Amino acid sequence: MEKRVRFKSSWLPWLLIAPQMAIVLVFFFWPAAQALRQSVMSQDPFGNNSEFVGLENFERLFADASYLESFKTTAFFSVLVAVCGLSIALLLAVMANRVLRGAGVYKTLLIWPYAVAPVVAGVLWLFMFASPMGVIAYWLRMLGLDWNHLLNSRHAMALIVVAAVWKQISYNFLFFLAGLQSIPKSLIEAAAIDGASPWRRFWTIVFPLLSPTTFFLLVINVVYSFFDTFGIVDATTKGGPGKETSILVYKVYYDGFKAMDMAGSAAQSVVLMCIVIALTVIQFRFVEKKVQY
Amino acid sequence: MVEHRPGLTFLTHAILLAGVAIIAFPLYLTLVASTQTAEQITQAIPMSMLPGTNALETYKIALFGGQSAAGSEITGSAPMMLVSLITALIIPLGKITMSMLSAFAIVYFRFPFRNLVFWMIFVTLMLPVEVRIGPTYEVVASLGMLNTYAGLSIPLIASATATFLFRQFFLTVPDELVEAARIDGAGPMRFFKDVLLPLSSTSIAALFVIQFIYGWNQYLWPLLMTTSEDMYPVVMGIKRLIGGDSYTEWNVVMATAILAMLPPALVVMLMQKWFVKGLVDTEK
Repeated sequence: MEKRVRFKSSWLPWLLIAPQMAIVLVFFFWPAAQALRQSVMSQDPFGNNSEFVGLENFERLFADASYLESFKTTAFFSVLVAVCGLSIALLLAVMANRVLRGAGVYKTLLIWPYAVAPVVAGVLWLFMFASPMGVIAYWLRMLGLDWNHLLNSRHAMALIVVAAVWKQISYNFLFFLAGLQSIPKSLIEAAAIDGASPWRRFWTIVFPLLSPTTFFLLVINVVYSFFDTFGIVDATTKGGPGKETSILVYKVYYDGFKAMDMAGSAAQSVVLMCIVIALTVIQFRFVEKKVQY
Repeated sequence: MVEHRPGLTFLTHAILLAGVAIIAFPLYLTLVASTQTAEQITQAIPMSMLPGTNALETYKIALFGGQSAAGSEITGSAPMMLVSLITALIIPLGKITMSMLSAFAIVYFRFPFRNLVFWMIFVTLMLPVEVRIGPTYEVVASLGMLNTYAGLSIPLIASATATFLFRQFFLTVPDELVEAARIDGAGPMRFFKDVLLPLSSTSIAALFVIQFIYGWNQYLWPLLMTTSEDMYPVVMGIKRLIGGDSYTEWNVVMATAILAMLPPALVVMLMQKWFVKGLVDTEK
């Protein structure tokens, strides 16, 4: 889409885009170029000597069992977060869409965790699961489950999933609710007159019509669990026990800033950029479809 | 509601109440913990779920620092709250100003390399700060911006979402308004100030809310960027209270957590309308 009427000036538009272009060039293109450059160089930790090594850093990366493990961990984590987060939010949104009284109050009380920083969410859940005073850890012990997320990798994974889902439900809920409200009432009423039960109406009418929203949220949730959960992991498990909950972003941080392997970290950054670009492309293709629909 | 089913209505409310309760439970526990003493929390197994009487003391230490009852020195979070507030204001203000100007240029002017500029901005949509922490850190360090507000905020300002939002919005503004402005003899900046700016006020408010929360909740970037204690945002301060080998004073941690959650949570609840609009708009 283009404007028919425009202003004429040879210098004003340049002045107007100058601030954004300056920031984009200095803080995006320069670092991205640096990452690409470092990823094909070998460098000592002090940054004094570097030489061109081609794709060696990537070969090293993909030959590294701990990196592949981190990939698996991240994939497992994001599937769990997306599936749990989406189904709970969908259930709540369908319910909130049904009620006549108090819908606004429920909405307000369900969306506030969006405002909580991931690292704070991590601290809150850590507190409930921490030994010995953690309330939930205590309840689990009563039920015969000896909770210890510092030693048991399944417990550690469960902890970060719960914290991540808790924070993301609000976002999913809002989008599902908006999606539900855009479904024409007449469709539901017609089905009800034909004698379809609420259960059946949901699965044959509402759920299929929600599929664009669901797909969009799926992508967003994967992006969220890949990139925005650093704070949760850092506050609760620090990637442990061992490397069992070390998701990709945590590993980039750890290898680059704790282990000082800049070349390895840069190669990981490049891989992450490719993942983000792929996810963005998927999201945009979906947006195009939604426009047609 | 299509038909009247009291049983179903009851179930609906029950599920919603359960949802609200589960979502709120961590918050309740945090509040309770912040009113007890550190000993009360760690010595009762599990901790008591009823409010204690130590609230005033705990919040005083959490805010202004000092010697705690257990004897450890605690850094107050009030200065950190100020750092968070300043960053959380610079980010939305900078982002909104910058992206409105560039969207105005892209939509209302024809100039060489306009498409190239557009695509250069578009690409940044794909690079969240988390994937480029190493190299961005080096750039910021070589510019001497470590431990400054500029370093904390500017690398997070540059993102395409806001520019796109305003571009989409400007494209829907009727051409007749430009024509009328030109007939009245208004130049481009006059048009921008007197026509576009007032028309964009809802988008600006919505973006502001979202970006304020985004800025307030930053953790990974300040973690790398700041080494001096007077530049720590409050979100980082909490994490530092539970790190280390010393005895963790959970009551202070939880009080600080409440303080850190309060501003963005209030923004979400009080400006709910803008918040929802901002979320839906920025994600298209």
